[in-house]
Amino acid sequence: MKFNNMKIAAIAVLISLTAYNCSNDDDSNGPKDPEFSGNYVQEDQMARPAINTVFVAMAQKDAFNVTVPSKQGAAYQASFESRLLALNPGYTTNALGMDAATFTGALATDVLTVSLDGTTTFFDGTNVLTGRTLADDVIDVELLLIFGGPMGADNGTLSSDNVDANDKPFLSSFPYLATPHM
Amino acid sequence: MKKTKILLGVAVITVAGFFALAADHMDAPAVTGGTNDITDFYAFQGQDNNNIVFVTNVQALLSPTDTQSAMFDENTMIEINIDTNGDAVEDLVIQAIPKDGKMYFFGPVAPAQAGLMSTVRTSGMASSVAITKPGANATIVTNAGMSFFAGPRDDPFFFDVDQYKAIIAGTATGFENPGTDTYAGTNVMSVVVEVPKSMIGGTGSINSWVETKRKQ
Repeated sequence: MKFNNMKIAAIAVLISLTAYNCSNDDDSNGPKDPEFSGNYVQEDQMARPAINTVFVAMAQKDAFNVTVPSKQGAAYQASFESRLLALNPGYTTNALGMDAATFTGALATDVLTVSLDGTTTFFDGTNVLTGRTLADDVIDVELLLIFGGPMGADNGTLSSDNVDANDKPFLSSFPYLATPHM
Repeated sequence: MKKTKILLGVAVITVAGFFALAADHMDAPAVTGGTNDITDFYAFQGQDNNNIVFVTNVQALLSPTDTQSAMFDENTMIEINIDTNGDAVEDLVIQAIPKDGKMYFFGPVAPAQAGLMSTVRTSGMASSVAITKPGANATIVTNAGMSFFAGPRDDPFFFDVDQYKAIIAGTATGFENPGTDTYAGTNVMSVVVEVPKSMIGGTGSINSWVETKRKQ
């Protein structure tokens, strides 16, 4: 009993010394998980492919990366719309029936919607924006929506880059991505 | 002299624009070429239909030679954000942080706070996996229905960026057919996490995005 009390007292002293010293190597006795203290501050973010790349002006690209998605719509919709009309001055609506304001309003809040109920795809002819798979030709989808007009038939040479698949086949099981080029 | 300066300015802008054209590869000046530069983000139903797979790739256009020495940055957290109620504010996060050759995973767990600053949710430790070395078979760890991978992979993105740049620069009027995949033959550093849907809302839709955050 007495011995235990002494032990507790000793431990208390040790803890207070360690805390006082703010020691970082107080778990040096044997293999342990590393420590993960500290604050981590945002530098890059991404949801849908190519949004910052295509729609954000050069001077704002860093700022866009540190604007939380819930604030992006208000901050960036108007400049996205200008950018869209600069890329395609003849833009009226796209294959989703969206006019310039509606389309850029949807894009400016850069989050990737993911269905938990079935097919996940950027666009597969039927489902729109229910996720993004590795094989989705996301660039063609975006080019078509920017340049393709209401029927997806306008500006034929701009509405597809004619690269339709990856250079290596994907795996059907985890981790799904192809092995690296060596 | 003045003219040279102006020309130089134009050249700088052109070069900056030149590199800033891909999925999110090298998307902005502060991150281009850095270990924190996200190249792509994918979210899709897994081979097991009860699961969702999140793929985050960083570090663009690694050649096979670059790949031999490519490393995750121990001061960079990769944080997958999940909004379960449609307000574009994260309700859950999955955090991945590399230390000593392993990638440590936390979550899905509620963040200490939403927004630009994060702390590691150590109470939500999910697992860790040895970072796969170049050329080695993929090391995969599974725990509590989740699967984890970290290491170099082929860049799954495909796009004729060079022709797009030519179009934007006004030196071409359209894409070529067939186009040329600028990312063919290049690798990225990849983090793949597969989680049961029941851990991230169960049914309906979620919004998701990924961030890189640097330890201060």
